Amino acid sequence: MTDKSVKHEKAAARQVAALFFTSIVGSAFAVYAYFAFPITEELGTVRLNTLLLGLGITLGLLGIGIGAVHWAKTLMPDAEVSEERHIARGSEEVRARAVEIIKLADSESGFSRRKLIRRSLYGALALFPLPAIMIFGDLGPNPGDTLRHTMWKKGTRLAKDPSGLPIKASDVTIGSVFHVIPEGLSELEHHKLEEKAKAAVLLVRLDPADIKESEERKSWSYDGIVAYSKICTHVGCPVALYEQHTHHLLCPCHQSTFDVTDACKVVFGPASRPLPQLPITVDAEGYLIAQSDFTEPVGPSFWER
Amino acid sequence: MKNKGSRRSPFAAVLVMAAGLALTGGGYAAATAAVEQVKPASAVASAAQVEEGRKLFLANCASCHGKAAEGSAAGPSLIGVGAASVDFQVGTGRMPGQASGPQLQAKKVQFTQEQIDSLAAYVASLAPGPAVPTEEMLAADGDATRGGELFRINCAMCHNAVGAGGALTEGKFAPSLTGVESKHIYEAMVTGPQNMPVFNDANLTPEDKKDIITYLKYVEENPSAGGYELANLGPVVEGLFAWVFVLGLIIAITIWLGAKSN
Ligand code: FES
Repeated sequence: MTDKSVKHEKAAARQVAALFFTSIVGSAFAVYAYFAFPITEELGTVRLNTLLLGLGITLGLLGIGIGAVHWAKTLMPDAEVSEERHIARGSEEVRARAVEIIKLADSESGFSRRKLIRRSLYGALALFPLPAIMIFGDLGPNPGDTLRHTMWKKGTRLAKDPSGLPIKASDVTIGSVFHVIPEGLSELEHHKLEEKAKAAVLLVRLDPADIKESEERKSWSYDGIVAYSKICTHVGCPVALYEQHTHHLLCPCHQSTFDVTDACKVVFGPASRPLPQLPITVDAEGYLIAQSDFTEPVGPSFWER
Repeated sequence: MKNKGSRRSPFAAVLVMAAGLALTGGGYAAATAAVEQVKPASAVASAAQVEEGRKLFLANCASCHGKAAEGSAAGPSLIGVGAASVDFQVGTGRMPGQASGPQLQAKKVQFTQEQIDSLAAYVASLAPGPAVPTEEMLAADGDATRGGELFRINCAMCHNAVGAGGALTEGKFAPSLTGVESKHIYEAMVTGPQNMPVFNDANLTPEDKKDIITYLKYVEENPSAGGYELANLGPVVEGLFAWVFVLGLIIAITIWLGAKSN
């Protein structure tokens, strides 16, 4: 159209220029917004600042891009042109010459002839990646048995997360759920989060008549109060959506569902092992304590498990 | 120009998509904003009030919960559930229940606050149970930061980090807490309605509960610092938004690049 009418051509040129001008305005506005709407203590200013800055920069870039495309589409010739590809193969002469050069290099260096040099070079090439492998080894140290143990020990009190206050058995009424950490976790100097990520426990009181307990686990609960690891055996999300009536524990990540009345066996979803149970009892003052650490590693499966 | 009649503008699809999303988003916002206002309950229960409550109970509740609130196959015993439970269940419209389903949902409240108070007084007279919280326990003037931490540990797994609600198993869900009265939030914590666990005062002290309410009210009243929240529903919604809009935009630009100029 623009190549047929001068009027159209002029209009298109003006449009392209206007787009480029928009870009100028946008960039200038971004600079202006940066100073005019500074980020202060107030949270809302962050939003305003990023919004206006982003709008300015967007205009600045989009203006150039759209302008350039519009220019190409309206004002540049749109005749179709074809380009021939040239042949990739070298001429016979060039190929013969290349072979000559390689042969010459071989005879001059004596690569085929000098066995000793050649073999020692192979040796050197074979060995040079070794240091890299050793350095990779330093990515460790190996976790050792840290994946198999948590902070829970015989006699550790069960405490409320996050306050760290110990929990009495009488506090745990039927239908309530406590989010539990080992007492003393908050006082740890190092690796507090790592320890919490392994030791977090969910505490629930059920009607003792509702619980199906195997012989060996009879002594692991206290008067209907049971404690299970909160770390999903699928890939380790905190399983904490407890439904009071169905006694199901749901993992929010991939919907694995565990039955609290039946040793936290998996009733639905991708997890393949029940949640480990923490054996508990009460001390002389009536506080809930652990009988020992978990009897199996918590969390997702790993090698050698 | 020639092919204008034969083909829709490439932007039509994008426009339709944008309009659809805006409509559903607007509808959602309007639905969550519609929450009834109810006056706080008075704490004193007179004998006349209990009697009034008993009559209301016999007329409206006894068919499921039994003549003396002892429970039946159709509804649990209400002995010892306390006034807080009645105020929550009836005050949010969940009771009397009308439709069966995975769970009872909040709906239009069917009684005046006075009638609810009488019902609560009657149920509370049967056996001691959690009382309706006082105004002072509910004032949102606690520590929002601490409340936020407690909320994330105890509540966020079901109700979402800012109380937007979330799904549970088999059609059950944890409702959104946006726009829910402080009184009802408090009562839900002490009574554990339906599948929600109980958070008694040994677990979350009244002060903890106050902080949690303060946090929820703070989140409700303050804009998100991260821009538009997309209903605060997290990565699924955000991802969908990005896919639909950004992909749509890329397709639109590609069509424009390849189109002949007129
Ligand atoms: S991490 Fe729990 S289901 Fe995947």
